[in-house]
Amino acid sequence: MIPGNFAYHRPADVAAAARLLQEHGDEAQLLAGGHSLIPMMKLRMAQPSHLIDLQDIAGLKGISRDGARLVIGAMTTQHELIGDALVAAAVPLLREAALQIADPQVRYVGTIGGNVANGDPGNDMPGVMQCLDASFELTGPGGTREVAARAFYEAAFTTARAEDEILTRIIVPIPKPGSGYAYLKQKRKIGDYATAAAAVLLAVESGRCTSAAIAMTNLAATPVFTEAAGAALVGTTLDEAAVGAAVAAMLAAIDPATDNRGPVEFKKHVAGLMLRRAIAEAAGRAGRGTA
Amino acid sequence: MTEQSPVDLDRAEKLQGLGCRRKRVEDARFTQGKGNYVDDMKLKGMLFGDFVRSPYAHARVKSIDAEAAKALPGVVAVLTADDLRPLNLHWMPTLAGDKQMVLADGKVLYQGQEVAFVIAENRYIAADAVDLVEVEYEALPVVTDPFKALADDAPVLREDIADQKEGAHGPRRHPNHIFTWEQGDKAATEAVLAGAEVVAEEMIYYHRTHPCPLETCGCVASMDKVNGKLTLWGTFQAPHAVRTVASLISGIAEHNIRVVSPDIGGGFGNKVGVYPGYICAVVASIVTGVPVKWVEDRMDNLMTTAFARDYWMQGKIAATKDGRITGLWCHVTADHGGFDACADPTKFPAGFFNICTGSYDIPTAWLAVDGVYTNKAPGGVAYRCSFRVTEASYFIERMVDILAIKLGMDPVELRLKNFIRKDQFPYQSALGWEYDSGDYHTAMEKALAAVDYAGLRREQAERLDAFKRGETRKLIGIGVSFFTEIVGAGPVKNCDILGLGMFDSCEIRIHPTGSAIARLGTISQGQGHATTFAQILASEIGIPADAITVEEGDTDTAPYGLGTYGSRSTPVAGAATAMAGRKIRAKAQMIAAYLLEVHDDDIEWDIDRFVVKGAPERFKTMTEIAFAAYNQAIPGLEPGLEAVSYYDPPNMTYPFGAYVCVMEIDVDTGETEIRRFYALDDCGTRINPMIIEGQVHGGLTEALAIAMGQEIAYDENGNVMTATLMDFFMPTAVETPTWETDHTVTPSPHHPIGAKGVGESPNVGGVSAFSNAVNDAFRPFGLTHAQMPHDHWRIWRTAQQLGLHG
Ligand SMILES: Cc1cc2nc3c(=O)[nH]c(=O)nc-3n(C[C@H](O)[C@H](O)[C@H](O)COP(=O)(O)OP(=O)(O)OC[C@H]3O[C@@H](n4cnc5c(N)ncnc54)[C@H](O)[C@@H]3O)c2cc1C
Repeated sequence: MIPGNFAYHRPADVAAAARLLQEHGDEAQLLAGGHSLIPMMKLRMAQPSHLIDLQDIAGLKGISRDGARLVIGAMTTQHELIGDALVAAAVPLLREAALQIADPQVRYVGTIGGNVANGDPGNDMPGVMQCLDASFELTGPGGTREVAARAFYEAAFTTARAEDEILTRIIVPIPKPGSGYAYLKQKRKIGDYATAAAAVLLAVESGRCTSAAIAMTNLAATPVFTEAAGAALVGTTLDEAAVGAAVAAMLAAIDPATDNRGPVEFKKHVAGLMLRRAIAEAAGRAGRGTA
Repeated sequence: MTEQSPVDLDRAEKLQGLGCRRKRVEDARFTQGKGNYVDDMKLKGMLFGDFVRSPYAHARVKSIDAEAAKALPGVVAVLTADDLRPLNLHWMPTLAGDKQMVLADGKVLYQGQEVAFVIAENRYIAADAVDLVEVEYEALPVVTDPFKALADDAPVLREDIADQKEGAHGPRRHPNHIFTWEQGDKAATEAVLAGAEVVAEEMIYYHRTHPCPLETCGCVASMDKVNGKLTLWGTFQAPHAVRTVASLISGIAEHNIRVVSPDIGGGFGNKVGVYPGYICAVVASIVTGVPVKWVEDRMDNLMTTAFARDYWMQGKIAATKDGRITGLWCHVTADHGGFDACADPTKFPAGFFNICTGSYDIPTAWLAVDGVYTNKAPGGVAYRCSFRVTEASYFIERMVDILAIKLGMDPVELRLKNFIRKDQFPYQSALGWEYDSGDYHTAMEKALAAVDYAGLRREQAERLDAFKRGETRKLIGIGVSFFTEIVGAGPVKNCDILGLGMFDSCEIRIHPTGSAIARLGTISQGQGHATTFAQILASEIGIPADAITVEEGDTDTAPYGLGTYGSRSTPVAGAATAMAGRKIRAKAQMIAAYLLEVHDDDIEWDIDRFVVKGAPERFKTMTEIAFAAYNQAIPGLEPGLEAVSYYDPPNMTYPFGAYVCVMEIDVDTGETEIRRFYALDDCGTRINPMIIEGQVHGGLTEALAIAMGQEIAYDENGNVMTATLMDFFMPTAVETPTWETDHTVTPSPHHPIGAKGVGESPNVGGVSAFSNAVNDAFRPFGLTHAQMPHDHWRIWRTAQQLGLHG
């Protein structure tokens, strides 16, 4: 479990990182917290010749509010995210999800940018970002563009990010006050990826659901945002029939694979359970002014 | 014990002898990261070796091209079987009487098998070179199922011995068959079954798992070509045996080999075996003339070094209608992988599995074990247990629960009814053992009272009603396990490994100023020997434990012993320690008598001194005696104060215990929560209660892991599906519940201090407690037995099959 040889770069700003990335093309890989990339390198499943470490780029850190949007620097660690008062108040779903990632040691170094850029279907943040309708700011030679999380994931480890682009910021629309939220994840133990997980964000007015977004983790090659599942809840009282319809819509959208966590049938069963429990949790929180 | 005055108590306390919660002397260095492990070693000019391993589970090796690897700067050599053949080291003997390829000799038999050994200036270059070795394989059909391996048309795995009809343990009836080991009376047992009022039958699988010590296996070999001496530092649980084996295999005279086990980061049986890495490192050092290090990574360790269990146990248990057990029948299909590299005493190819009548007075029993080759890694070590005792204990503890279901009885009631009674010890079991001592009823009753067993059953019934009413989706399972181990191998008359009798040893030297060093033939891997053996001695010879250095693991200095595994250190080396201490005391008595100018018989031992009988003010302390041993010319006595004892135990010891597990089970997610776990252990005399508790905590955590998810799984192509800690379940602090420990004390009648050994009890007794709890939760819905591991999806599947998902 020893990586292949590579040259190590540590640029001080985004421009320098971008230049290195351009210069070395597909031979280069960006290094954030390293908690997905380094294990892959140790298994020699990733063999970059150039490693561009982003940790010295101060501009990639930090969390701020920009009107109705929360802006998170890509190099913000999960630990920083968890401890941030703004996040806790404005988008508590993010904090709830971050707390379910790995363990404190991993969260001290693992970054939000690495988590969403990685493209591993096991990562928790991509589904959460889709649920929140976040978008990712990508900086490349041609400048900066924003791509919606819901359009970012193409296949396992394949995203809309071009090879010479750096994911610089994550932009999260702040949910309406009173929105209900939940991230429910079943895993085998601390530090494990999800057997199945569900992210739910919904709003309830006068007992009726007025909006709902649902995304699932580790149940297909990409995170699964299912518009139909959310739509099944809107306009309902979140009664059993509506929840059943949402679960059915979700099950039609996922495509889990058998692995050590269990066979497909089990994954689907747990996906349904997680979604049901997440909807119930979110509904219970809705309207309590937590968002 | 006689009553002691406060002054005496104070003196005794200062010794920190038997029974005190002395802090572990090892921890000062371990907790500060100052341990010295094999991989910490750096020797001048040291090279590093790494293996090219087979990606196939069964394949012919057509060719190996190492040119590109050899051309890489920093690569010194690449060894293949062809290089080892002239030395006759391309195969090596296993501990089980089989032989094993050191490097692939024409074919490979399991994924990860060693194919070539790359020697380079450092481990990084070695890893790069491994990638550059090109091996051409021709895939062969794979068998991972031991039953299919015995089919007529199964592919022949071991072509080298395909025609051999006789193996190390008797006749072989199929090219993939290794041995049949039979115990007990088959005809009588089948007659009992045929005439029985009730018979329960089940196939119980104890899945393949792995000891997975924190530190993986490794060694540093250093051949000094000037003086012809080979030094081998390694993660060895039996350094002396390794020295003898190394000498026999290599032809290097035994006095020219020094084997050293430095600090070891956990063994659990994984470090008993002899691995190709050791042989290759030694050869590489001989070839290059410089030290060579080989250390596994985690995947190497999980995929190739010794696994544990993998026993398919077919059982039948007979009883009267009112629950008296009359007979036990058991047939095991044992999956040994590609080579038979089990680590068992030579005459016991299935270890002590014939302890499978457990804690019960079962008059008639029969057992047969068939060992089988498959395309899986070799091993079959005792993972924190004494030679297949865990399998045996799991088997009988499941069978008794299954019988209880058939009888409509409470599993505890059935146990109490069939326990061997206190007055039956020493007890002769139907499968050939003589249990030394026990008081099972007392232990069980104490456990039941501690957990309020009746109350638990009531609560469970209430929960069941609530579940049926649709008010909850969680069931309660109550798992009871009562285990009897057989540890402390063992009497030389029937226990040996490769012909080496399984005695053990202790040598003590008392220094002139009254401190001491004790050396033993065992080796701690975290058990705290330096702490506990000093305590035994403190009580025996009256020198404070803090003034006694305990040293193990260097074959140049330690007396010969068979090492540490199978809970044998305290039963065997601990006994040797007490006996050597008594020799010291005997000589000390003569010295004291001389100094006090009285006859030997006129003085008596008192904690830390000899006192003239009837004249307590006249005494000589051990410190005074020690000095006298070195500065007085005592007529008829040699100077000095030293002793050595080689202890051949007259019998095994039989620790036992009662464990109760209370588990919450979510039938929808398959998630479980251990609400309570109570462990009562009777390990005879307790040397250091704190260390005992620590051992119990660790062993229970392993048992939890094994029962609830820890497995080495293969797909049908023989790929290892659980080769990293992402999938191989190691519980963290979050998954680990609080353990409640308790004890009774039933000393071993034949051990000098009555101690029985405890290191493995929690693994042996724990697994069945967890598994019984899971099975118990579903008993009201008609479940008799669900196989381990009880991970989420398997529990879900059980619930699904029982129709609990609506
Ligand atoms: C034991 C363990 C358990 C884990 N459990 C979980 C879990 O439960 N849930 C979970 O979601 N994750 C889990 N992880 C993964 C962890 O969260 C990682 O930290 C995360 O996936 C990647 O973030 P990183 O900062 O470590 O990125 P790195 O590993 O450094 O990078 C990951 C990938 O993203 C790319 N990348 C990183 N930053 C950028 C950027 N700014 N722009 C473009 N590309 C970039 C890298 O090139 C690389 O390909 C676990 C990891 C470990 C070791």
